[in-house]
Amino acid sequence: MAEIMYREALNQALAEEMERDVRVFLMGEEVGKYQGAFKVSQGLLERFGSARVVDAPISELGFAGLGVGAAMVGLRPVIEMMTFNFAILAMDQIFNNAAKVRHMSGGQLRCPIVFRGPEGAGGRLAAQHSQVFDSIYSNFPGLKVVAPATPKDAKGLLKSAIRDDNPVIFFEGERLYAVKGEVPEGELVIPIGKAEVKREGKDVSIITWSRMYYFCQQAAEELEKQGIQAEILDLRSLRPLDEEALIATLRKTNRAVVVEEGWPHSGLGAQVVDTIQSKAFDYLDAPVARVTGLDVNMAYAANLEAATQPDVTRIIAAVKKVLYLEEK
Amino acid sequence: MATAIPLPSLSPTMKEGKITKWLKKEGDKVSSGEAVAEVETDKSNLEIEAYDDGYLLRILVKEGESAPVGAPIAYIGEKGEKVEAVETTAPAAKPPEPAPPPKPAAEQRPPIEMKRPPQPASPEPSRPTGGQVLPLRRQEPESGNGRLRASPLARKIAKDQGLDLSAVQGSGPQGRIIKRDVEAAITQPATARRTGPALVAQFERREPQALPLSSMRRVIAQRLSEVKPGVPHFYLTVDIEMDAAMKIREEAKALESKVSVNDIIVKAAAIALRRVPQMNVSLQGDRVLQYQTADVGIAVAIEEGLITPIIRDADVKGLAALSAEARELAERARKRALRPEEYSGGSITVSNLGMFGIDWFVAVINPPQSAIIAVGAVEQKPVVRDGQVTVRQMMSATLSGDHRVIDGAMGAVYLRELKGLLEHPMRLLL
Repeated sequence: MAEIMYREALNQALAEEMERDVRVFLMGEEVGKYQGAFKVSQGLLERFGSARVVDAPISELGFAGLGVGAAMVGLRPVIEMMTFNFAILAMDQIFNNAAKVRHMSGGQLRCPIVFRGPEGAGGRLAAQHSQVFDSIYSNFPGLKVVAPATPKDAKGLLKSAIRDDNPVIFFEGERLYAVKGEVPEGELVIPIGKAEVKREGKDVSIITWSRMYYFCQQAAEELEKQGIQAEILDLRSLRPLDEEALIATLRKTNRAVVVEEGWPHSGLGAQVVDTIQSKAFDYLDAPVARVTGLDVNMAYAANLEAATQPDVTRIIAAVKKVLYLEEK
Repeated sequence: MATAIPLPSLSPTMKEGKITKWLKKEGDKVSSGEAVAEVETDKSNLEIEAYDDGYLLRILVKEGESAPVGAPIAYIGEKGEKVEAVETTAPAAKPPEPAPPPKPAAEQRPPIEMKRPPQPASPEPSRPTGGQVLPLRRQEPESGNGRLRASPLARKIAKDQGLDLSAVQGSGPQGRIIKRDVEAAITQPATARRTGPALVAQFERREPQALPLSSMRRVIAQRLSEVKPGVPHFYLTVDIEMDAAMKIREEAKALESKVSVNDIIVKAAAIALRRVPQMNVSLQGDRVLQYQTADVGIAVAIEEGLITPIIRDADVKGLAALSAEARELAERARKRALRPEEYSGGSITVSNLGMFGIDWFVAVINPPQSAIIAVGAVEQKPVVRDGQVTVRQMMSATLSGDHRVIDGAMGAVYLRELKGLLEHPMRLLL
């Protein structure tokens, strides 16, 4: 099995799907001649031509709308947002058109479109360019939302997203693009809505997604040295949530810590906690703990940026709390 | 420190209560267990007992006035103690020392107990009220002056294993009992194990089971509720030949045993429930409660209205015992002295207007029950038997069913059973 980078996995998925289906095209800022702001679209312009790899001007609302229209008439656009911070400008097209057109046309129109790009902290990009949007997009019926952590999941889920007849929000991460991981050769499709147990354990469930997965792995390794076996459930899909997987892991461990990069208030982790308390109440031996980004705007200073985000220490502390191991 | 007496919740539907009479005056000494007031709820008149010893300092709700459940109705404390914060006059410029605020009911140790005016001869039954899926009022002991703290998982394991949680030492924060504590208690032989409830398990009534609604049932419930909002009723009527049942009554009378037609119908209704358990249900939100016992309500007309005490296990009670119980319940219903658990639960009620000469009527279901049988008078009618017109004692029974949980065909099967049992009352014994 080849070990490739997250950005290469995405590139493979795009290339394979464009090869497979002529209706698929990529549009966004710098996706063509520049080969992608994060080099996800490297080589695609040369391979598929400028009709299918379209450089858009800096006009997120405009090219998002163009994509929605193209999807409505039968194409399968992949719209790259240089980052989801810029997609705030395109929210009207995403929420009011992409998410609703199937419903409002009584099923006469479909909108098979993927909006993809990075979110979250990228390293000293300050308050406006370090945001996490998991919660806001997951709130809208009509959208599917995925946030893969590994190159393998990135490839398999992007292929599913492109083939899905509904609009899919596809969250990547600036700090994920260079992450390496094993990706099986050949066709790889991972269904949307399925979480994965990435590490087996019996003492506590750490539930996470996207970049936080790597912090959780480090925390689990540290905990193992202390005799605590943590299970890591990577949600991968944020909407729909894999409720069965949540219930299954809680039945096994009876304790959960939900780790997310985003803000705590109305964060997606709160939705996960609600699912657990309503569907797995009798399996709970402790209140579910959350580890989130701090409830402040992101600082520019490197030390404050690090302090704002969840880290291994905070994850371990939360695990010990739900295991009733904290210092009294 | 003065302690408030909050108005207790005396029935599942009670939202407020009216003080009909104060049995103590302000300044009177009261001791724990002594009745201090009578309260009228939506269903009954009940007495409120003091929980603590002390003096009745101040009455907040006068005779004839009402208060919501949980609101303080009086204060008890030391002799001569002032209850400053509950002055009924406008507050002074300086805010007075706040009175003990009425705490949420769940967190407060109930300072009073209720009992019905004539103390029941038998001890208060501890069984849960029939079919309510209310928060289970399990007989769980308290620790200290707070509630018993235990994680949901610990509670579940304890319940499954018949473990008495009050005997378990909690190791979690604030003494919370968690999984490891329960597991430790289970592996310790004979200390905390199988005390209390488990010993009497074989005599316990089987509790109803909450089953999820099937998706078809859910759709039926949803669609019919759109057409007939609330409880969508359907009606089925059957004529029942009562000659044999009337004969039973005559024979019982000859044995100086008082048995009414209604008692026979109640017993038949209960046995029919056993045979058609699909009828022995109650819709509770998105779940169906499947009763494991055949409990039948009897509609009793009283001066102000109507109440339906429940005859528990009516299928297994002898007719004489059932009859005596029905009479006793009806009598106390008229005095408005029924305890809430005596008129809660059950899946079906028998409503009989035969004594008023009503031939036929339809009745309204008493939720959360799922059916009611409206019974008319037993009267001589001409009927055709074997091609001949002959006279028989006929009675009509009309079933109203909650169409969200039961269907016409099911109701018809039930009525067929009921009819068979009443026409051949020998079957009541089999």
